[in-house]
Amino acid sequence: MKEHLFKYTLHLADNALILGHRNSEWCGHGPALEQDIAITNISLDLIGQARNFFQYAAALYGNRATEDSLAYLRDARDFTNCLLTEQQNGDWGKTILRQFFMSNYQSLLYDQLQQSKDEQLAAISAKALKEVTYHLKWSNEWVIRLGDGTDESHARMLKALNDLWPYNGELFIPAPYEVQAFEEGIAPDVKTLKNNWLNKVATIFEEAKLPVPKEGFSQTGGKTGLHTEYLGYILADMQYLQRTYPNNTW
Amino acid sequence: MVAMSQKILNILAQVPDPEVPVLSVLDLGIIRDVVELGDHKIEIIITPTYTGCPAMDAIATNIRIEMAAHGYGQVKITTALSPAWTTDWMSEEGKQKLKSYGIAPPLPKQQTCRSELFSEEAVPCPHCNSYHTNRISEFGSTACKALYHCQDCKEPFDYFKCH
Repeated sequence: MKEHLFKYTLHLADNALILGHRNSEWCGHGPALEQDIAITNISLDLIGQARNFFQYAAALYGNRATEDSLAYLRDARDFTNCLLTEQQNGDWGKTILRQFFMSNYQSLLYDQLQQSKDEQLAAISAKALKEVTYHLKWSNEWVIRLGDGTDESHARMLKALNDLWPYNGELFIPAPYEVQAFEEGIAPDVKTLKNNWLNKVATIFEEAKLPVPKEGFSQTGGKTGLHTEYLGYILADMQYLQRTYPNNTW
Repeated sequence: MVAMSQKILNILAQVPDPEVPVLSVLDLGIIRDVVELGDHKIEIIITPTYTGCPAMDAIATNIRIEMAAHGYGQVKITTALSPAWTTDWMSEEGKQKLKSYGIAPPLPKQQTCRSELFSEEAVPCPHCNSYHTNRISEFGSTACKALYHCQDCKEPFDYFKCH
């Protein structure tokens, strides 16, 4: 097994799973029925993408690993999702902003990854990109609607921005498995996605009347298994069934 | 598609999509290939519509059941992700069936799938054919649908969105 390919695939799976799980917490609590349906549809897409990556990672790992064992039987220290994806939902504005940052990132990443030398990663990414395009449009529109909305919505977006901004830097600081994957032509160099991402964010922020913060300090560690305190609670919730009733399947 | 056995295709035409039962799996365009392995063993290659679509597992089961009913007990179903499914693969007949069922069929991809912000596809109402419609939500009751409303006949309707 190529260890870095396995680790890289797992990292992509974890990002999609944890963000998908976070969004799914809105099910039945959305601000309006249509938006409740929208955020849960986005969850479904993300969890579908996670399944594709987990299935591939399980095949790479062999040794009876399955999508279930990888999603439900690893502990927080083994998860390599970016810290941004595990941050608490907060209010609707914070959830929107987290989705907006990630959709912009995923759209740039998958666009490059569909050229990967690894055929399966390329195929999953090409498929995922079509779904992410809808997530991106939806979250772009919401950031504008809330940022350039009422005084209340604008103030809440500023607070969300203040809370989430330090977690963006990690997206573009490669972990060792990302460096190896890049060197072998499997993955893009995430460092090179940063400017494009910043430009896209700035364009929407201008319309949303939100300031682009200075780069500043970045919270890191998620990609190598050092998480914020929130991940443990997500796993306790998400893994409960599999740990209580072992060997159930999707 | 040309090389696929007509006999097998006739059987697959009887397998409905569980969410939109008016469409067969053939109408949806998710059957990518059929390989006859001899001795009544076949391999069917399908591609998912959306990665998280819960109907995909049900579709695979329904294909097995229908094939078994026609004497094909050993069916291997393989999922291929590439090339990615597009609504352009939906049959014309399928689009007509959708419309009569009350769901607006997907518009051709080159005209739409626009990502400009706050843009809406001009989707004709499946009930009264009016173009005076507006989008209520990009995301609907299933992953493949958006929710629209007709300003003329006042009916809400699903649009099988372009993908």
